[in-house]
Amino acid sequence: MKRPAVLTGEYFILGDYACAEGALAAGCRFFAGYPITPATEIAERMSYRMPEVGGIYIQMEDELASMAAIIGASCGGVKAMTATSGPGFSLMLENIGLAVMMEVPCVVVNVQRGAPSTGLPTLVGQGDVMQARWGSHGDYEIVAYAPSSVQEMFDLTVKAFNTAERYRIPVILLADEAVGHLTEKLVIPPEEELTIINRMPPQDPPGEYLPYRADDSLVPPMANAGEGYFVHMTGLTHDERGYPIITGEAHEKLIRRLIQKIRSHADEIIEYEEVELDDADIVVIAYGITARAALRAVRDARAQGIKAGLLRLITVWPFPEKKIQDLAQRVDTFVVAEINQGQIRREVERFVDRPDRVIGVNKLGGDLITPNEILEVLCQPSPK
Amino acid sequence: MSAVTEVKTRHPLDRYIREERFPHIWCPGCGLGIAMSSFLYAVDELDLDPKEIAVVSGIGCSGRVAGYVRFDSYHTTHGRAIPFATGLKLAKPHMKVVVFSGDGDLASIGGNHLIHAARRNVDLTIICINNFNYGMTGGQFGPTTPLGAKTTTTPYGNFEHPFNLVYLAASAGAVYVARWTVLHTYHLRQSIKEALLKDGFSFIEVISPCPIGFGRPNKIGEGLEEMKFYRENSVIRNGIDPKDAELSFRGKIVVGKFVDIEKPSYLKTLRDFYDRILGENHGS
Repeated sequence: MKRPAVLTGEYFILGDYACAEGALAAGCRFFAGYPITPATEIAERMSYRMPEVGGIYIQMEDELASMAAIIGASCGGVKAMTATSGPGFSLMLENIGLAVMMEVPCVVVNVQRGAPSTGLPTLVGQGDVMQARWGSHGDYEIVAYAPSSVQEMFDLTVKAFNTAERYRIPVILLADEAVGHLTEKLVIPPEEELTIINRMPPQDPPGEYLPYRADDSLVPPMANAGEGYFVHMTGLTHDERGYPIITGEAHEKLIRRLIQKIRSHADEIIEYEEVELDDADIVVIAYGITARAALRAVRDARAQGIKAGLLRLITVWPFPEKKIQDLAQRVDTFVVAEINQGQIRREVERFVDRPDRVIGVNKLGGDLITPNEILEVLCQPSPK
Repeated sequence: MSAVTEVKTRHPLDRYIREERFPHIWCPGCGLGIAMSSFLYAVDELDLDPKEIAVVSGIGCSGRVAGYVRFDSYHTTHGRAIPFATGLKLAKPHMKVVVFSGDGDLASIGGNHLIHAARRNVDLTIICINNFNYGMTGGQFGPTTPLGAKTTTTPYGNFEHPFNLVYLAASAGAVYVARWTVLHTYHLRQSIKEALLKDGFSFIEVISPCPIGFGRPNKIGEGLEEMKFYRENSVIRNGIDPKDAELSFRGKIVVGKFVDIEKPSYLKTLRDFYDRILGENHGS
């Protein structure tokens, strides 16, 4: 039986599957990927579902090809996604830079596992946070969402597509093995209740349209292949026509705009969840699967009379620096829990006056951080 | 009334190029201009709608073709022109997607994509300019550099065995395979026309002079000398097994159309499968 693209209803379903369904609901009709644990189930689901909705599933020869293929498909006007884990993500980074430079909307899912190298293929990790931020060469801004439930594997995939289309950027869904392999409840809303954003088409006729001329939004409208605009797109530094121009001045102008188009919209892009922050003395910062342990630890701490709160990052990038600076005025201590050696902790430290006010709860991957491990830190005397 | 001679001020191919991008970056004597114009003549003679053509290039001198042609054109990353073009073709099945790139881009850093796109028989036209070296970076050896040839990174002569690209493409599953030099402009143009009309993976190797990067260190001389060399040493042998299509350093250059077979393309096979399993009009 053929099913529609939006499978409205309630499900008890795998996180990776929820991600695939979110993509389809967002209008994704092209998936190029390469098998890799623990993201394979996204590809498997896509291979089954894409034919049902008239889309393309193609298994490429590697992740270099997968990333190139989704950019090509998106240039053809079809919303496109790939999904991988650390080793594959490493291979995709060069072309993520191409998508940044050409301003081609697309979504890259990284279901993180223990790393570096082949690491722990079947076990959880959160060690690719900084790689997601800085992995491609050069200066650029990136948007990355960190789902912490199966519901968010769906919701944030939809959102990732919307953000990609709106700002003409590659967007990263920075999931982790535990969320990807979690099975729990998912509610898919009716199609008409979903917010779907599509790239802005050219506002000028062919001949007048310049592919990289932007208004105050800094986001240029996008012409797809075959529409008669004869666009030229290149990874080289280019002018508003898309033509290569090899000067520092042109580079400054282009890269400044690419960075500013994200920074100037940061307030609209950044999302987080606040739990018990109003009177908190100590605040846990966490994301992805670890945020769930953090929530439990905060509840347990409150039960013991400790004024603990949680700031759950939904976007890890752009980083909510203003929020951290604001909290730092009234909070004694931050506890950053993450399955890596302190990648977001260091980012928090940049926006807090004294590094000793920021404590890390860290693991290297393989095992989840437990609520008790965070609670222990919450129960320690304040460094103030 | 005296006879008025109409003076043409426009070249018939002008409408296919981005004039504002000229002068181009290619060196005097380079064969890329001839290869590009052969492609444009093919488009013109087939009377194809320019809106329905996309050109995808990788990195290198040949990769710059995408920037000079007035089609939707994409200058991508080194080696990734074919997978990019694969995505574009599958998103826009009615378009003719042409990959114009060099031997280093397509057969070295992008070699894996070349063989897999050929295996899948994705409907792409690959025009692979073979100048036997990495020209853009100043003449280093590559996957096609002949044994013994001097380049800036084989100062004692190249001791790696080169690929026979037509044999490689044919072995991997290409349905159309040809090799010409830029001296064979008529044959090259005809081959490009055939390839553009072919539903499947077509591969055309274009042997092209690189007087600066390859000609000078190997004492071949200027571009014209190299063209003279092509004329004296090329042998047309249509239909032979591409593994016998010799391409030697100082000797014979076997050119011709080696493969022209019928095999369902990737999209055709995919649609046939889905139609059979899911019923016609699946996903509509």
